[in-house]
Amino acid sequence: MTRRLIRVGMFLALPVLLFAIWWFASAGSTDFYQPPLSSILSVFPDTWFGDRMVKDVLPSLARLLAGLALALVAGIGFGVLLGTNRTLRALLEPVFEFLRAIPPPALVPVLILLAGIGDTMKVLVIVSGCIWPVLLNTVEGVRGADEVLADTCRTYRITGRLRLYHFVLRSASPQIMAGARQALSIGLILMVISELKAANEGLGFTVREFQTGFQIPEMWSGVLLLGIIGVVLSLLFRLVERRVLGWYHGVRAAERGSL
Amino acid sequence: MIETRGLRKVYDGHGRQVEALASVDFTVEPGQFVCVVGPSGCGKTTLLRCLAGLLAPTSGEITVGGRPVDGPPDGLAIVFQEYGRSLFPWLRVADNVELPLKAKRLRRTERRGLVDEALAAVGLSDARTAYPWQLSGGMQQRVAIARALAFQPTVLLMDEPFAAVDAQTRADLEDLVRSVWQRFGVTLLFVTHDIDESVYLGQRVIILSSSPTVVVEDLAVDLPAERDQLGTRSDPRFIELRGHVYSRVQQAKRGIMPPEDGAAPPEGGAAPAERGTVPLTKEESSHVAP
Repeated sequence: MTRRLIRVGMFLALPVLLFAIWWFASAGSTDFYQPPLSSILSVFPDTWFGDRMVKDVLPSLARLLAGLALALVAGIGFGVLLGTNRTLRALLEPVFEFLRAIPPPALVPVLILLAGIGDTMKVLVIVSGCIWPVLLNTVEGVRGADEVLADTCRTYRITGRLRLYHFVLRSASPQIMAGARQALSIGLILMVISELKAANEGLGFTVREFQTGFQIPEMWSGVLLLGIIGVVLSLLFRLVERRVLGWYHGVRAAERGSL
Repeated sequence: MIETRGLRKVYDGHGRQVEALASVDFTVEPGQFVCVVGPSGCGKTTLLRCLAGLLAPTSGEITVGGRPVDGPPDGLAIVFQEYGRSLFPWLRVADNVELPLKAKRLRRTERRGLVDEALAAVGLSDARTAYPWQLSGGMQQRVAIARALAFQPTVLLMDEPFAAVDAQTRADLEDLVRSVWQRFGVTLLFVTHDIDESVYLGQRVIILSSSPTVVVEDLAVDLPAERDQLGTRSDPRFIELRGHVYSRVQQAKRGIMPPEDGAAPPEGGAAPAERGTVPLTKEESSHVAP
């Protein structure tokens, strides 16, 4: 219990300190563009916990989660195919390198033409950026599977779905999770970017509206909210990771212990 | 149960050909416990991987249970040397043992019975919910043995299974293997580089030459079926046999073959390798003397 308290304390120490510095440094600010933190915080609840939560924040988050989920499914699916099939890998690698090199923000105008300005376009923008770390890490993870374990599967006739779930995916899971972690932060960025053009709702859209409307404290509060969302998502991710990769951390700890 | 004829394996890579197995011929009868011993790097693992259908031989024939091997044969299980890499680290002990049974599409109750029986046979009934990496090396290898037993194989291959465990654990595991072999009635081929172990465990010891490998000698171990670490290992006959195998392995290391008494099989494998009692030469007697 006390150890958990210490960990929470460590986690919060620096953010609290930075907020304190921000608070005092900006306290007497008269600069229109850099309002005091106190005024940012005072507009925060009214700005975000009213209509905008339902109208802007939640739809943005829904698109982010949809994009991430699609990127995970497609990235892991293609990654397993490419990781297990050398011919397919050789065939598709140049195309993937080409697609991967295109910055997703550059795809926004293209996707607007192809998919309109609705949710589909925004989700696709998120997928277009998030799929790569998942895909490439999955390929590496699948290729790096242990050969003795592969022989074990062959000997004991562990094939098909059992093999896919208990061998291929599980042995690639540390890399898949590393890719998913990258995808999470890329996804948050692309969520905002997808809402900057041709949008009429969403978190990114709203922050931009505040900026053009000179509602500067509100604009800052939006940036703050994005940061908070990022922290919460990464904490949730860590919870999932601890469940999925418990064995991996255990193996690592056991290896360290035997050295 | 296992039969090889003219088994040859040449590794071909990077412009270099390495002949691992020259021509390996032997037969293992159903229910036998046969040890394969040879100098390190003599292609023991290559041989085992060929038998298991994990590696295609360059030429020659292998049959397991009367059927030619062109992939992992039915009813064959392996215990690998690298226990740390052959168990699924994300599965608990019982789930590791159960997974091949799921692949066999056995019913849940049947699976549970086999898992319980196998874990009890290796003395790990209490460890069923542990993860492999929470166990010692010897215990992990027990799990691998339990997994093999639960699979109900007719043929069990073991590839230097105790090479990486400490001496005391090793002795326990050797006795464990003897007892489960007697109890489960499998045909057991046990590859090892440890001469004492090969004589202690097997009913027969197949001695391999250095690479390119042939069978140097096929030796019957005429020790009583009941063996124990203290009595058997101090039995004069054990010491005699061990000395014989030792000198043969030494000869194989120096590349002396075929030996004068014609133990190596001729090309084509028409005549079986020498079997039976061991006439000791002077040179061998000197190894036997403590």
